Amino acid sequence: MKVLAMARRASRLGLRFPGRSRDLCTGSDDFGMPLHVCVVGSGPAGFYVAKKLLKRFDFARVDILERLPAPFGLVRSGVAPDHPETKVVINQFSRTAEDERCRFFGNVCLGTDVSLEELRKNYHVVVLAYGAESDHRLGIPGEDLEGVFSARQFVWWYNGHPDGKDLPINLNDVETAVVLGQGNVALDVARILLRSPSELSSTDIAEHAVKALRTSRIRKVYVVGRRGPVQAACTAKELREILGLKGVEIVINEADLQTTDCDLEELQSSRIHKRVFDLFCKSATFTKCAGRDKQLQFVFFRAPVSLLAAEDGIHVRGVHLQKTRLEGSHPRKLVGTGEFEELDCGLVLKSIGYKSLPVPDLPFDHKKGVVPNYFGRVRSSDATNETERGLYVAGWLKRGPTGIIGTNEVCAQEVVTSIEEDVNRAVVSNLKEVPGSVGLESILSEKNKRYITFEGWERLNETEMEKGAVKGKPREKIVGIDEALAIGLAKEKE
Amino acid sequence: MSMLEAAHENEIELEGACEGSLACSTCHVIFMDEELYQKLPEPSDEENDMLDLAFGLTETSRLGCQIIAKPELDGMRLALPPATRNFAVDGHVPKPH
Repeated sequence: MKVLAMARRASRLGLRFPGRSRDLCTGSDDFGMPLHVCVVGSGPAGFYVAKKLLKRFDFARVDILERLPAPFGLVRSGVAPDHPETKVVINQFSRTAEDERCRFFGNVCLGTDVSLEELRKNYHVVVLAYGAESDHRLGIPGEDLEGVFSARQFVWWYNGHPDGKDLPINLNDVETAVVLGQGNVALDVARILLRSPSELSSTDIAEHAVKALRTSRIRKVYVVGRRGPVQAACTAKELREILGLKGVEIVINEADLQTTDCDLEELQSSRIHKRVFDLFCKSATFTKCAGRDKQLQFVFFRAPVSLLAAEDGIHVRGVHLQKTRLEGSHPRKLVGTGEFEELDCGLVLKSIGYKSLPVPDLPFDHKKGVVPNYFGRVRSSDATNETERGLYVAGWLKRGPTGIIGTNEVCAQEVVTSIEEDVNRAVVSNLKEVPGSVGLESILSEKNKRYITFEGWERLNETEMEKGAVKGKPREKIVGIDEALAIGLAKEKE
Repeated sequence: MSMLEAAHENEIELEGACEGSLACSTCHVIFMDEELYQKLPEPSDEENDMLDLAFGLTETSRLGCQIIAKPELDGMRLALPPATRNFAVDGHVPKPH
């Protein structure tokens, strides 16, 4: 099946297909040398690309770079602590890392420790899969008041990301939080604020976070969207879970559940939105029990206009919102109605989308926040079809910050297919030898930069699990970089 | 034995990222025979939640980890969704996360 597909693609590209019955690229004598690949980023995008390349090419040698001591990207630092099943995919990523043709380089940062240019000189193929570590801004007054954070910052904080531990968040003096956005990340942060800390204390949540949540005075969380329940970006599993959260009363304005013909059309054409909307409608039945001391309110058709400062001029005290309406058809436009409202709060979490960061020498579309690409091949600019030899992107850096873990599997397939086509055409290297890992090691050693191997990560992993076991947690994440490096780099041969 | 397990035992490349815990949709399979599909018990809410997110969802789609081998299903033919090159097409609707 695979051979047939390759033949079809090859003929579409005007290539002659040799007509052998076995796969073209499994013998190293076909290519004459190892295929040296560097994947930057060890989240799902990076690991699915590595996995597929190793499967596709016997002679691939894949190095995976990761700037943090620990691998796995958002699986480790994004998936919520109360969603352990979603992290199971780490098992197969570990199997990929343990392949003798794969090497993990933790604590190595693109840009700081090694440049893109250096990587492209040392490897036949470079795949950038470093995701999106920044945020979209609202661009409204008050956005930089204290008590205003992006959801990503809050998620990094409770997930023990080394860059998130010092978040200046105060939950002791705040009773109400406003979450802007209604995607799954918005539901994650609302749920972590509302879930009873005793339930969280047996998860892999960071210790500093569960400690802060135990003394949190937050009793009410608003989750605010600019459009209606028909357009909400969250998915059924997450919505079902938060609607059923113990001890939490759900508040929804019934008027927001009215639908227009356009809404019904949208619902009919999307299974995801239909099931989400049905859950919002049924939500009254989730809250029949008494004794709920916390409230989750879904606010629809409200767009933030400004964040309001308290008398001290430093802390946020509320959100100024404009009522909105959907007008016209195919497609509908969101318009302001000229009517305004305020919500009082002491904490604002903006969950309006992540954004990728550019690196030097990398073409970047600043408007979309992605690297312009053609099926994963990096384009020299977004104004040209010319592509950069041997340079690819995968994951959020390629597609934008949407999708689930599994989305990266399909995305990786597309990128690996492009790499395969280019290898077949010897576009990647013109059959030139490159140093691969040896070159990278020499660059790092010149800078006295020590890197964590996968074995070093496994040591760190064991330590976290042992520390967690004592507290009834699956792991106690080691959040300080120095401590993580001390464990990960210990007993390394020079 | 589930169809996901059966695939792995027979070296068929069926992805099972969450290893059968209903936390992903990567083991999505398509029943080629409508009558056999109809014989299956209804998917749970949890399975449907994951099917919502599956690529190339069809009227006879199920998660392989939830289909358990039974005599009545003997002879069933399952197709894997095609890996399509659709990410660079304009108008692509982003999937939620």
